[in-house]
Amino acid sequence: MSNRKDVLAVLRENARQSNADIARQTGLTEPEVERIVDELESEGVVKGYTAIVDWEAVEEGDEPVRATVELNVTLDRETNYIDIADRIAKFPQVKSLRLISGDYDFDMEVEGDSMSEVSHFVSDKIAPIPEITQTVTHYIMESYKEQGIEFGDGNDDDRLSISP
Amino acid sequence: MTFEPADRVDQVPPSGIRRFFELAEEMDDIISLGVGEPDFSTPWSAREAAIASLEQGKTSYTANRGKRELRERIADDVAERYGLDYDPDEEILVTTGASEGVDLAFRALLNPGDQVAVSQPCYVSYKPGVTFAGADVIDVPTRVADDFKLTREVLEDSGAAEADALIFCYPNNPTGATMTEAELRPVAEFAREHDLLVFADEIYSELSYEHDHTSIATLPGMRERTVVFNGFSKAYAMTGLRLGYALAPPEAITAMNRIHQYTMLSAPTTPQYAAIEALDNCESELREMREQYDRRRQLVLSRFDEMGLDCFTAKGAFYAFPECPWDDVDAFAEALLEAKRVAVVPGSAFGVGGDGHLRVSYATGMSDLKTAMDRIESFLADQ
Repeated sequence: MSNRKDVLAVLRENARQSNADIARQTGLTEPEVERIVDELESEGVVKGYTAIVDWEAVEEGDEPVRATVELNVTLDRETNYIDIADRIAKFPQVKSLRLISGDYDFDMEVEGDSMSEVSHFVSDKIAPIPEITQTVTHYIMESYKEQGIEFGDGNDDDRLSISP
Repeated sequence: MTFEPADRVDQVPPSGIRRFFELAEEMDDIISLGVGEPDFSTPWSAREAAIASLEQGKTSYTANRGKRELRERIADDVAERYGLDYDPDEEILVTTGASEGVDLAFRALLNPGDQVAVSQPCYVSYKPGVTFAGADVIDVPTRVADDFKLTREVLEDSGAAEADALIFCYPNNPTGATMTEAELRPVAEFAREHDLLVFADEIYSELSYEHDHTSIATLPGMRERTVVFNGFSKAYAMTGLRLGYALAPPEAITAMNRIHQYTMLSAPTTPQYAAIEALDNCESELREMREQYDRRRQLVLSRFDEMGLDCFTAKGAFYAFPECPWDDVDAFAEALLEAKRVAVVPGSAFGVGGDGHLRVSYATGMSDLKTAMDRIESFLADQ
């Protein structure tokens, strides 16, 4: 179990490492790492791997438009949160969907090629769902940190090159 | 009248890493595995506490011994982590880095002509510190055959029985060696038998990866003869903030404080606020840094093994200490730097017993570390 935890910790830090490098860091053999990664994937513990992109740094103007949308819902005897979430999550435009505590129910992140695409998606696909009572769309203007990684220039290593 | 260094200054050679430092500084795009400090920044909440203290104008001296609030936190912290029991009023002195504590202890507790057994390889300041205090060094070279642990045998062989004091550091800089409680027992026994003062530099105590750190001061009959040095530099990545502390019985702390109050007055104020926050709220950052060091440690040891570079299993600090494949270690380190732009430090810079080895610091981000390992491997393959 703790081997799985170790592998998971290394993957979470940087999933783009060879099994050999993961093995070296965890004291496991390469086949063991391969088996554990396979297990984590097939059991659905690890759902996928993705790049964390700072779109500001991408030169071509293909930065997607992103918005977080607050969703309020009403439930009835036949419908619970999972039912509604399942319907919403199926849309590929929806990048994340979380049930949260507080003033509204779902926190939904949407991505599209343009503002009109995102707003049409919300008004045409999400708002008409019968259980949805209100949507509030917030366009993301700038990102400073994503998935634990800070954007910007980063800190130069200004340590002395050799020190005791 | 001219400026001639005093004799005790003249006796001390310039730092052994100086020349190497100058070589490395002249080059661009090197990856340095020669750095003796964390690559992480101080946890943000500790930095923010320091900033807040500045905003509030808390820039005056503190008590000579350090803010009482900090000494209380230190007392609680060392009790919880290591089972050490020190009174914040009488037995704790906050110093400007653990280095100041070591210097104070030497000057406050040694007399001219006293002999200090210095376990080596070791941090570069112990031997000069002994000299500055007017005392004499007995070299105690630990051996690779013992994984650079201090043993009763090397103490006996080096004449440490004649010494008045003994200084050592575990987890160790430069070797990365650690000592378990069972391994410390014979050392403690030796110190008691020969009535030695013990100076235990435990600055890397939080960076022990395979077993819990044991402070020698917790062993029977040791508290009354031991000064423990520790600090925030390594555990909380606060090297530049210069904050450490010494733990010892009241007589020792009083004597050390007598020098400290005249020469330093008090340790810097701003870092003391950072340190309080570090002890209160930075445990998870500490754990995260330790886990990252450990992964890098295992990677480095595996890579050395794969490339056929002999290296004992270093279990602490952030150093590996492989054997140098060339007889001339300085030449090897220079050639590696020139050819592959990777800096490591010849072990000879850290005293007797270090020759024939290289200090490789893994306080460097994983991707640079991997690149450096690739370069070392290709350097070895070119030979």
